[in-house]
Amino acid sequence: MQAAVIVFPGSNCDRDVAVCLEAAMGQAPLMAWHGDAALPKCDLIVLPGGFSYGDYLRCGSMAANSPIMREVVAQAQKGAAVLGICNGFQVLTECGLLPGVLMQNTGLNFVCRNTRLTVTNNKTAFTAQYAAGEEITVPVAHNEGNYFADDDTLKQLQDEDRIAFTYAPSDNPNGACLDIAGISDKAGRIVGMMPHPERRAEAALGGEDGKRMFTGIVEALS
Amino acid sequence: MSKSQSHINDTQITDEIVAEHGLTPDEYQMVCDHMGRTPNYTELGVFSVMWSEHCSYKSSRKWLKKLPVDGPQVIQGPGENAGVIDIGDGDAAVFKMESHNHPSFIEPYQGAATGVGGIMRDVFTMGARPVANLNALRFGQPDHPKTRHLVAGVVSGIGGYGNCIGVPTVGGEINFDKSYNGNILVNAMCVGVARTDKIFYAAATGIGSPVVYVGSKTGRDGIHGATMASAEFDDASDEKRPTVQVGDPFTEKLLLEACQELMASDAIIGIQDMGAAGLTSSSVEMADKGGVGIWLDLDKVPCRETHMTGYEMLLSESQERMLMVLKPGREAEAEAIFTRWGLDFAVIGELTDTGRMVVSHEGQTIADMPLGPLADGAPEYERPYVPTATAPAFDAALLTKAPDMGAALKTLMASSEIASRRWVYEQYDSMVMGDTLAGPGGDAAMVRVHGTDKALAISTDVTPRYCFADPVEGGKQAVAEAYRNISATGATPLAITNCLNFGNPERPEIMGQFVGCLEGMGDAGRALNFPVVSGNVSLYNETNGTGIMPTPAIGGVGLLKQLDKAVGNRLTGNGQVIYLLGETHGHLGASLYQRDVLANDTVFAPPPVDLEKEAAHGAFVRAAIDDGLLAAAHDISDGGLAVAIAEMSIGPGIGANITADGDAAFWFGEDQARYILVVETDDAVALEARAGDLPLTRIGTSGGTDLQFADKVTISVAELHDLNEGWFPALMQG
Repeated sequence: MQAAVIVFPGSNCDRDVAVCLEAAMGQAPLMAWHGDAALPKCDLIVLPGGFSYGDYLRCGSMAANSPIMREVVAQAQKGAAVLGICNGFQVLTECGLLPGVLMQNTGLNFVCRNTRLTVTNNKTAFTAQYAAGEEITVPVAHNEGNYFADDDTLKQLQDEDRIAFTYAPSDNPNGACLDIAGISDKAGRIVGMMPHPERRAEAALGGEDGKRMFTGIVEALS
Repeated sequence: MSKSQSHINDTQITDEIVAEHGLTPDEYQMVCDHMGRTPNYTELGVFSVMWSEHCSYKSSRKWLKKLPVDGPQVIQGPGENAGVIDIGDGDAAVFKMESHNHPSFIEPYQGAATGVGGIMRDVFTMGARPVANLNALRFGQPDHPKTRHLVAGVVSGIGGYGNCIGVPTVGGEINFDKSYNGNILVNAMCVGVARTDKIFYAAATGIGSPVVYVGSKTGRDGIHGATMASAEFDDASDEKRPTVQVGDPFTEKLLLEACQELMASDAIIGIQDMGAAGLTSSSVEMADKGGVGIWLDLDKVPCRETHMTGYEMLLSESQERMLMVLKPGREAEAEAIFTRWGLDFAVIGELTDTGRMVVSHEGQTIADMPLGPLADGAPEYERPYVPTATAPAFDAALLTKAPDMGAALKTLMASSEIASRRWVYEQYDSMVMGDTLAGPGGDAAMVRVHGTDKALAISTDVTPRYCFADPVEGGKQAVAEAYRNISATGATPLAITNCLNFGNPERPEIMGQFVGCLEGMGDAGRALNFPVVSGNVSLYNETNGTGIMPTPAIGGVGLLKQLDKAVGNRLTGNGQVIYLLGETHGHLGASLYQRDVLANDTVFAPPPVDLEKEAAHGAFVRAAIDDGLLAAAHDISDGGLAVAIAEMSIGPGIGANITADGDAAFWFGEDQARYILVVETDDAVALEARAGDLPLTRIGTSGGTDLQFADKVTISVAELHDLNEGWFPALMQG
């Protein structure tokens, strides 16, 4: 399978997620440059965390308009699996592949800590190795992770079973609507999430709850 | 010559202008002697920053030379952008700590942010990838009207920079004391990892080699920042805001990646960060270290403002800029890399054989100065000093008013020094890069060397109360505590960086504190084989004649060869046996108990430091961890034995029954060279057997949800946890 990690200027979790993909696939993913207009055909595309374009203008908005994103959107529409983590989730909402926006945390501060998540939907391409309703621990690290969408959109997300992860109700770090930590598109092929599964994918880093995101998608695509 | 340029260099140099540049009349005369003529305005500006205390270390050099800087582990000691030590397998750790005190007081967000940005550039200039940031912060009294504003701004600035560039902030320390009301301290430390055969140095060689400017454009920010950092504050210090630089972590991230890419080739001869005193100090240092001359054409310098004079370009401290000397003919490949990362790249001069710095602007030579005197010609002062008077021993009569043990422990767990720093460190990305094994909150942070099974243990330490009461013992203790914090993880302490924050060195009693602290620090470094490989001096931390407590912050780095052997500082289960290693004499002088429980600020002698015992006990702890005997280990410091036990207990929420017994001095004395060691029951016999003559005492067992002290005092762990966690949020909520 072919996987690519998109590198925007200011991405800073690109290496971290590449390490996890390599562990899951047995081969390193392609690191694709933001300014390239072409991208080899990919089965999996990851938009990593970080501060693309310095988060200037609005988180993810400039990255959403970079040359490579036209190619990412085109491949996503043809069925490539896409995962956006943290800043990558912000890019996915900015480019319209996922609905809603990520607003500033209600606490007004950057927050980096472990959060308890519920795997709300284990039928996406990325979450099949989790049990439905399973509780996992995965860290967040963001200043704009407060997921917001209008009531109709939220209802649609619920009706179509597109909420992939929620924070435990007492552990919502940013004020997100419905405690939403991650959502998917209707087909479950595109997932955006604020928590960083790549930061908790080996025992030495405190736990392996994030690892099945990567082994799961590799299994689904192989 | 343009009007503005001719105007500035036509200015008659008066006594007032010399004084405004922070030069004394004698120093100005030395400048004239070196020049063989009166300097023009631009040349005066260049001399003034190069000879500022901040850049020249003119008050401190004599004493810095006495510090231990050698060891088989040392690859590069003080004098470069950062120190370099060998961590085996062809890997090196590159690290330094630096102050950004004055700017952070005036503009806390940008002051702290650019402090973090500057120290990271010092590290990646040497070819290393930064892997960990720490910061040692001192603020005024918690209830001082400026404290909350300063804490919020500094924390936000540190996070804003480090989080964006994507280097984890893994540890540090914070103190609050009234002596910092008018001068906060922001000391940033960065640790990077490089290959030992790919270390880059500043020295520029090769006549005719191109001098290249990369990074951000030059603006008018930070002009005379180094001079500001070399003077006391007064009531008008807020007017110095324009001398504070403005940081852009996004550009620094691009600069980091572009430099790493170019460093993978062999195109670079020398490279130097444009930090304090900007283009001036970077070009002077590179050319002087290489024993050559340098010619700069300021018309080529990328500027973001119009009509900048040469004086402004030379002295600007705009951030995220680097100066490099390339091998001739390699300009095009270097330019391609920087252009791809969206950064400015300009050849702005070349190396010459003149031994001089010659600067052209708008077709005219605007400065022509000998390099040697600029770099090394600043006078070295032997400032008069008065050794700090010996403080009396703690007055035990004070204990007649002491509260009961349980109340005292609660007070300490919720004190400004012991309270949890969660409010602070959750604003820092401590996990990015995916190698943080132990982040904030432990004895030392642990960061894996990427792609290996080894880890660096890093800690920042100093106890200013001790340094104020007895600079020599305080200097020793700062080094010893860093040594203990690293040893408690299982890592071997290898080397330190220091950041020496003091008041006005022109006052003999302040100079006495400086000399004393360095003596203690030197003794400890030698005894513990823990040499100093880099550092920074920040003097003039005074406002209206009142100085800070002497604060020689230490940043220690150690190596754990097998990361899976590391232990933490928390109880890990019920029924574990708890030991105290080290002698307890009950030293309460200069203790936190004296300050916060007895609310007494008399100056008493701090606990003495026995360096032989520090070495022996540290070695014992490391060996026990290496053999897999320990479940946890914790250094005993502020608040003594009782606080150390409580700290091990509140994280996991596991209680303990402590059978040892004593008075307030026993529970809260801050005797040195002590650790708490925790073992599983099955390992107790083995630990005791190997202790031999070392003072290892069994003091209790873990379990339950309460801390019980000698069947006399019982406190719920949950209550202590809440007291400990509650203080900082309450402070910041106001």
